Amino acid sequence: MIAELGQFSIALALALALVQGSVPLVGAHRGDRRLMALAKPLAQAQFVLLVFAFAALAWSFLTHDFSVRNVAQNSFSQLPAMYRFTATWGSHEGSLLLWTMILAGWSAAVSVFARPLPEEMVARVLGVMGLISVGFLALLLLTSSPFERLFPIPADGRDLNPLLQDLGMVSHPPLLYMGYVGFSVAFAFAIAALLSGRLDAAWARWSRPWTTTAWTFLTLGVGLGSWWAYRELGWGGWWFWDPTENASLMPWLAGTALIHALAATEKRGVFGNWTVLLAIATFSLSLLGTFLVRSGVLSSVHAFATDPTRGLFILVFLGLVVGGSLTLYALRAPRMMGGGSFGWLSRESLLLANNVFLVAALGAVLLGTLYPLFLDALGLGKISVGPPYFNAVFVPLVAPVLFLVGIGPLARWKQADLHDLLWRLKWAFAVALITAALLPLTLDGMNLQVTLGLFLALWILFTVLKGFAVRLQHHRGSRIRQLARLPRAFWGMQLAHAGLALLVVGVTIVSNYETERDVRMPIGSHLELAGYRFVFQGVEELPGPNYLAGRGTMEVTSPWGRSFTLYPEKRNYNASGMIMTQAAVNYGPFRDVYVSLGDPLGDGAWTVRVYHKPFVGWLWAGTLLLALGGGLAAADRRYRVAQRRRSAPASVAGPLRSIAGEGAA
Amino acid sequence: MRRWIPLLVFAVLGVFLYLGLYLNPKEVPSPLVGRPAPDFTLPVVGRPGETFSPSEVRGEVWLLNIWAPWCSVCLEEHRHLPRMVADRVPVYGLTWKDLDREAAPLLARNGSPYVAAVDDHDGRIAIRYGVTVTPETFVIDREGMIRMKHVGPITPAVWEKKFEPLLRELQS
Repeated sequence: MIAELGQFSIALALALALVQGSVPLVGAHRGDRRLMALAKPLAQAQFVLLVFAFAALAWSFLTHDFSVRNVAQNSFSQLPAMYRFTATWGSHEGSLLLWTMILAGWSAAVSVFARPLPEEMVARVLGVMGLISVGFLALLLLTSSPFERLFPIPADGRDLNPLLQDLGMVSHPPLLYMGYVGFSVAFAFAIAALLSGRLDAAWARWSRPWTTTAWTFLTLGVGLGSWWAYRELGWGGWWFWDPTENASLMPWLAGTALIHALAATEKRGVFGNWTVLLAIATFSLSLLGTFLVRSGVLSSVHAFATDPTRGLFILVFLGLVVGGSLTLYALRAPRMMGGGSFGWLSRESLLLANNVFLVAALGAVLLGTLYPLFLDALGLGKISVGPPYFNAVFVPLVAPVLFLVGIGPLARWKQADLHDLLWRLKWAFAVALITAALLPLTLDGMNLQVTLGLFLALWILFTVLKGFAVRLQHHRGSRIRQLARLPRAFWGMQLAHAGLALLVVGVTIVSNYETERDVRMPIGSHLELAGYRFVFQGVEELPGPNYLAGRGTMEVTSPWGRSFTLYPEKRNYNASGMIMTQAAVNYGPFRDVYVSLGDPLGDGAWTVRVYHKPFVGWLWAGTLLLALGGGLAAADRRYRVAQRRRSAPASVAGPLRSIAGEGAA
Repeated sequence: MRRWIPLLVFAVLGVFLYLGLYLNPKEVPSPLVGRPAPDFTLPVVGRPGETFSPSEVRGEVWLLNIWAPWCSVCLEEHRHLPRMVADRVPVYGLTWKDLDREAAPLLARNGSPYVAAVDDHDGRIAIRYGVTVTPETFVIDREGMIRMKHVGPITPAVWEKKFEPLLRELQS
């Protein structure tokens, strides 16, 4: 009964979405306020219906309703309650339902928080989001119903994929989808601007907090995905350049370019067309990611089951959304953009360079991800593109962006003074370069990769500090109070940039200095790695809720005499018979010690893999800081100020700039 | 005109994505195709003392089917294989990593689709054949060359499309 109610509410939501995707758009075109007024209540009602549908599916999972096919295939009587709940989005169908619910959530949020915007704009934005919703709800109902019944009812389920039975997986998809889907708001704003024909600073201002919020979620989602892979796949890597990972990296790169382009468009009215195109591209890449992961077009470690009908459906939808919006762009984008002119060295030109490199990096990832498909489709053979390609092209394209991070925030809009910039940054540059060149020498000799990475990281950190110093130099009074008074947008930008620096430190050090050993260990034997001493105490059987684990015990003593015990596991899941490696990790601020069990070799001996990963934690600390910065920037006061004044016209950018302060971009 | 470029780029991309829907990225051609089938001599499952070696069937077209007792898809394939093959070609089995010695009783109970199934206990021969998953099937010609490798179960459609024409050509 519950399942049927869930199914029914999805159908009802589709009906509402059809109205939301058409009537308010017509209303905005004709200037009919009654039609436009429909958008908000429709968006909110849709959200309520989809939350109900989602709750119905979660209920079916929690109560072991194996008559629902989705539950029978992705749950198991012994599965712990937490994973039964998360199994709700463990399948293709369930995750699609989560996707549509989040989309409805964003629409509802727009309907609530966009009150000060002109009615036409809101109607158009919600109308576009309604159309997207129609596509996904139809996909859900026609090809991937999560509530399909099964007869005869199986006695037990087939269990959730053991890979997904992990803390990281609990929150990774919802956060990732919050990001993916959140970009639909930026997309809808861009389309609404194209429809209205007014590509001025106003739409950029309105979509900025939304875009930054979506970007923040996506950052967290990508970071958690990487953390999950690190802990769960058992070989200690954190990024594999797998098509599924690239599918989330591409919208992230485009989104990063977008939030910077929006800053220039809002403050100076420049790059209007480009920014619109980026907004379209960012959401299109989110959709492309969905297509790649769900259609089975590319082979990947964690793709969903392949089904050409679904793939075709998503492709047609992708074609309509992207093709339609690009056609609209071609027809409606203004031929001449207004906006101020700017010098060759200015905040604008630096932001432009940032965009060029980010988009080039995005193109490189896109090419590498789709290249096997291109060759295969042309009958030129089967290849796979691996990390060597991505590392070779990605690093040189991202390094200039990282360098620009140091200059951009300190450059003035319109025209920056080269001498002034050089003078201000000379110490940051010199100290970063000398430290980065000398540090590897103290470890194991010259290493240009490490020098480059550390230089960029230190350069960013120093220039962030310089940024604070510049902001404070003209003020008097308590430093602490001044710091607290700086706008959140400024804090957000600086923290995010500092997070980027931490991330670079983590990546550089762990890729160059990690050590590992893969050895046969009899009971009581020991090995040494990076000064750590590991003593293997054997493996004992330990039953888990829905698996039988072989739990190894490894006594570890650090070079400083501190000792701790790690318990890596090898789990055999009862329902699926799948064997999973559960690595044991001792986390530390400057290194992780990572142990995973290989295979039993008889007589209690096992193959054991041991890793010493210096600074790997900085990767995730950096990601968190990036997200924190994004969150702060999105919560900046001026967005709320703008909301309090009903319908802020474009020219408001002037007075507001003085509130936000010039440095906050 | 310039503003139509993004749409054009996307259209090209869309065509490739569409073509991609009908390709199988997991199907990688085996580098062994066109090379001699690796030789081995292994004990036959369920017939103590007996061995089998590919050299014994030189001059004949035959199939080598890789399976394992714990592979449920393989057991499903066993049920349909005899009907499809219908004595057109001898099928030999390579039993992969039968660590619990289940293969012999299992074949005796269900009926064996093989002329003989050999026991690749430590999986060494499977490695030489580049086996990645079970089931996999190799078509080996009269000269002992591998002519085709099929990954996954042989369904009637696959049999008709991939095996029939090749066997006809090889056996003529």
